[in-house]
Amino acid sequence: MIAYLIRRILYAIPILIGVNLLTFSLFFVVNTADDMARMQLGMKRVTPEAIEKWKQQHGYDKPLLFNAHAEGVSKISDTIFFQKSARMFAFDFGSSNDGRNVAREIQTRMMPSLAIALPTFLIGLLIYITFALLMTLFRATALDMLGVSLCVLLMSISGLFYIIGGQFVASKLWHWVPISGYAGGLDSIKFVLLPVLIGVMGSVGASSRWYRTIFLEEIGKDYVRTARAKGLSELRVLFRHVLKNAMIPILTGVVVVIPLLFMGSLLTESFFGIPGLGSYTIDAINAQDFGVVRAMVFLGSMLYIAGLVLTDISYTIVDPRVRLQ
Amino acid sequence: MAATLPRIVIFRINSRAMKYLHYLPLLLALAACDGGLWNNPYPASDKGKSIYYSAFAERPKHLDPASAYSENEYIFLAQIYQPPLQYHFLKRPYTLVPQAASEMPTVSYLDKNNQPLPDDAPAEKVAFSVYEIHLRTGLNYQPHPAFARDTKGKLEYHALTSNDLSNIHALTDFPHSGTRAVKAADYVYQIKRLAHPTIHSPIAGLMVDYIVGLKEYIATLQQAKKKNPNTFLDLHDYLLEGAQTVDDRTYRIKIYGKYPQFAYWLAMTFFSPMPVEAERFYAQDGMSERNLVLDWWPVGSGPYYLSENNPNQRMVLTRNPHFSGEVYPTEGEAGDKEAGLLADAGKALPLISKVVFSLEKETIPYWNKFLQGYYDAAGISSDSFDQAVQVNVGGETNVTNEMKAQGIKLSTSVATSTSYMGFNWLDPVVGGSSERATKLRRAISIAVDFEEFISIFANGRGISAQSPIPPGIFGYREGEAGINHYVYDWVNGAPQRKSINEAKKLLAEAGYPDGLDAKTKQPLIIYLDTTATGVGSKSRLDWLRKQLEKLNLQLVARSTDYNRFQDKLRKGDTQMFYFGWNADYPDPENFLFLLHGAQGKVEKGGENASNYNSPEYDRLFEKMKNMENGPARQEIIDEMLEILRRDSPWIWGQHPKDYVLRHAWLHNSKPNKMANNNVKYLRIDAAQRDELRSGWNQPKLWPLWLIGSALALLGWGLWRVLRQREEAR
Repeated sequence: MIAYLIRRILYAIPILIGVNLLTFSLFFVVNTADDMARMQLGMKRVTPEAIEKWKQQHGYDKPLLFNAHAEGVSKISDTIFFQKSARMFAFDFGSSNDGRNVAREIQTRMMPSLAIALPTFLIGLLIYITFALLMTLFRATALDMLGVSLCVLLMSISGLFYIIGGQFVASKLWHWVPISGYAGGLDSIKFVLLPVLIGVMGSVGASSRWYRTIFLEEIGKDYVRTARAKGLSELRVLFRHVLKNAMIPILTGVVVVIPLLFMGSLLTESFFGIPGLGSYTIDAINAQDFGVVRAMVFLGSMLYIAGLVLTDISYTIVDPRVRLQ
Repeated sequence: MAATLPRIVIFRINSRAMKYLHYLPLLLALAACDGGLWNNPYPASDKGKSIYYSAFAERPKHLDPASAYSENEYIFLAQIYQPPLQYHFLKRPYTLVPQAASEMPTVSYLDKNNQPLPDDAPAEKVAFSVYEIHLRTGLNYQPHPAFARDTKGKLEYHALTSNDLSNIHALTDFPHSGTRAVKAADYVYQIKRLAHPTIHSPIAGLMVDYIVGLKEYIATLQQAKKKNPNTFLDLHDYLLEGAQTVDDRTYRIKIYGKYPQFAYWLAMTFFSPMPVEAERFYAQDGMSERNLVLDWWPVGSGPYYLSENNPNQRMVLTRNPHFSGEVYPTEGEAGDKEAGLLADAGKALPLISKVVFSLEKETIPYWNKFLQGYYDAAGISSDSFDQAVQVNVGGETNVTNEMKAQGIKLSTSVATSTSYMGFNWLDPVVGGSSERATKLRRAISIAVDFEEFISIFANGRGISAQSPIPPGIFGYREGEAGINHYVYDWVNGAPQRKSINEAKKLLAEAGYPDGLDAKTKQPLIIYLDTTATGVGSKSRLDWLRKQLEKLNLQLVARSTDYNRFQDKLRKGDTQMFYFGWNADYPDPENFLFLLHGAQGKVEKGGENASNYNSPEYDRLFEKMKNMENGPARQEIIDEMLEILRRDSPWIWGQHPKDYVLRHAWLHNSKPNKMANNNVKYLRIDAAQRDELRSGWNQPKLWPLWLIGSALALLGWGLWRVLRQREEAR
């Protein structure tokens, strides 16, 4: 397994370089270094000299990918791409356009993102699986139909509606929780309650239906019939046998997202004023801050690869027949 | 086979977790009940304290007074830094008064040989003006580790090693702090910083034309930095002719020629004091990696200091314990006393001990939190306008009954800004001074009904502009004398837009009868460049198309992002465009220069985005810009405005009106569009706020019971069905 892991990590390097190159190309197709300077310097009294000075100070005065005027290796290394990308592989994310250390910002913003994403993920998983198992339990009955219809209804509602509606009902009408904001430590609970609830609600339809399909697939198999023949109750069959055997497809979708929980949610963080990584990314895109965008894309790609590796490992845990070689 | 899978760890974890999950509701309830209201976003310990709660929508980019130049930065910096002058809080028109200065600066004039000239010397003879500024006593910096001294009197944190910094992540991690008195040399030092090679000051380019020797100083500092790129550049070592210290409390600024508007710049944070200790402190190795830089952690002498700097969440200003010597104004304009704005006259400032600015990006949560009493004042978005404001038949605006019931009050003020649609003077169709183009521009100006625009898209919050100068600025004229008679007639005591037939007549005279080019018989197409790209912008562009359709003209909107738009303006690759300007200072020169030939965007890279060029106008501008306000200046301005209205390089657009709502517990709130340092005058009745908030925000418990009962019933029902099914098997 260790050899497998090492191989997967080595595979990740060209992928990360590719992602980095793609991000770089896409970013600079849309923006120029001059645009970035102007965005940072503001709207009033921005002179061409100020733009040149800003570019020089922030290392954007070099050619993008190839420096024809340099000699030897410098033709590649003395470029914006190399200068800005190479250090990231040593986890040096550099500074944002406004001069703030990106690594420190990520470190600070990771916790608020996790405070929303982790409970949403765990509580959500529990509810989706339970709901899906109940629908499976009452399959082909009116209760099942009702559950599926409810799922379709919940899937049809926009995520934004849940947010605005949730803020209106829970915060404005019933005064249960603050409409928006965040605080550290235990104080964060009252701020994350509503976003977590809305996050769970927003996905309950799609996820429960997906899990129901998986469970229905399992329930027709021989081992279930055997379990029933042994006289086990239906609940026991479902929760102890079907659920266990449905873990492979569940883990395929679930484990891969665990590392990405750090990246936060763009919409929820923005509406609830959560100072997480989701809003950080959105702000950086709006501000044309390449330093932050490339760091976040790099981090996202890396976490996604980590998620895939973790998924593979999780298969070996739930199914001893699987061997990583 | 699958049924023989071993018992897996994850299930054990889940079953353990399930046990703890039973305690979750209890934990959440405990967390919610911190002794305060459930929906209170602030700690319960804030209760009863004199704290002002406000919001900001965009994180500031710079907090260095040499670099900061936008509203979202000034709301913090203006409370922290203390330039020598400020605008009087209550008086209108806007009047400069001393802030850190003990009195208004004395200005003396010199000829080209540096010989004194009389005060009434003509502007053309004045080669230099010298502003001498005396500082008042009692000016002290905020508590800051940069000033901390050890027992031997040595600066404690100015030789930090990486080891010393290992546990430092914020300024509050330094155990000690200190202060010192503000000196005149600190003001001089800040002026020098405008030229610093590693600081971008947006006004450096402008100031080289005024401050004597600044241009050469920039070159000197660049050389010095190049020579020793890694050494701290101590500006005290380099003399600047235009900024000199006289003694500890006096300094002089020498500028080229006569430029009365320079006094306004002295009210901006660019001219605040900067202690060299702060620069040295932040310049140490390892500080920028910790985001400990002057651009993020200001060091000022104003009424407040930045005690919490988390632009992702909240910024907190705390009263500077070393601040003293400023009192609430004892006089204002007519009506201020009756409005209760002089109730605190003579009291020591600031009146509030802490200010909490929370990041609020979306308007809906911002508005609802204001209604719940968690913000003390708020603007009004278009979505909430009808809920907040009603307009009576006489056109008077007031808050709605719902707002009145909450004790909310409304203040309105016309912004010192203008938004307009410019014609590119270099464009062969709409530009230039020919009679054809002039008539075409006038026809379009009549057709685009800005009164309708204000009514539809701004809920009436604005006044249609008659010239670039907004109300409240010298040169603006009320009534018939102030209207643009090329677009309006004065009817029944009010301006009335000329009829569309008059516009059609002008269009025909311009060679476009019925919107067709008389020569080619092709319809005239007008191209508009705009940054309006969102969904909401479509209705505005449709409206604009309809305005031009009145003349059978076709409008093609070229929507683009702000950078592309700026690029087009720079290259003169536009025909018509939307733009605007916010005043730097309340002087007509700051608006009229937007049409000065020397400011042409394409040729000179200046602020004249229309590239308007009229030698007649430029001559008058040169004459007007250095004059003191008075009848002679007004006469020249009238002449200039007549030229502008005649040539119509802009459709004059509108001057937006700001509507601000405030709760009954917030006192001394008066809109001041020029000053940003108003927080020190505000007063909060914290007891009244607590009482009202409590009444408005009691949690409703019946839905909790209802939901709980429904869930219990559902669970019970399912359990019963299951049992019946099991029994039936």
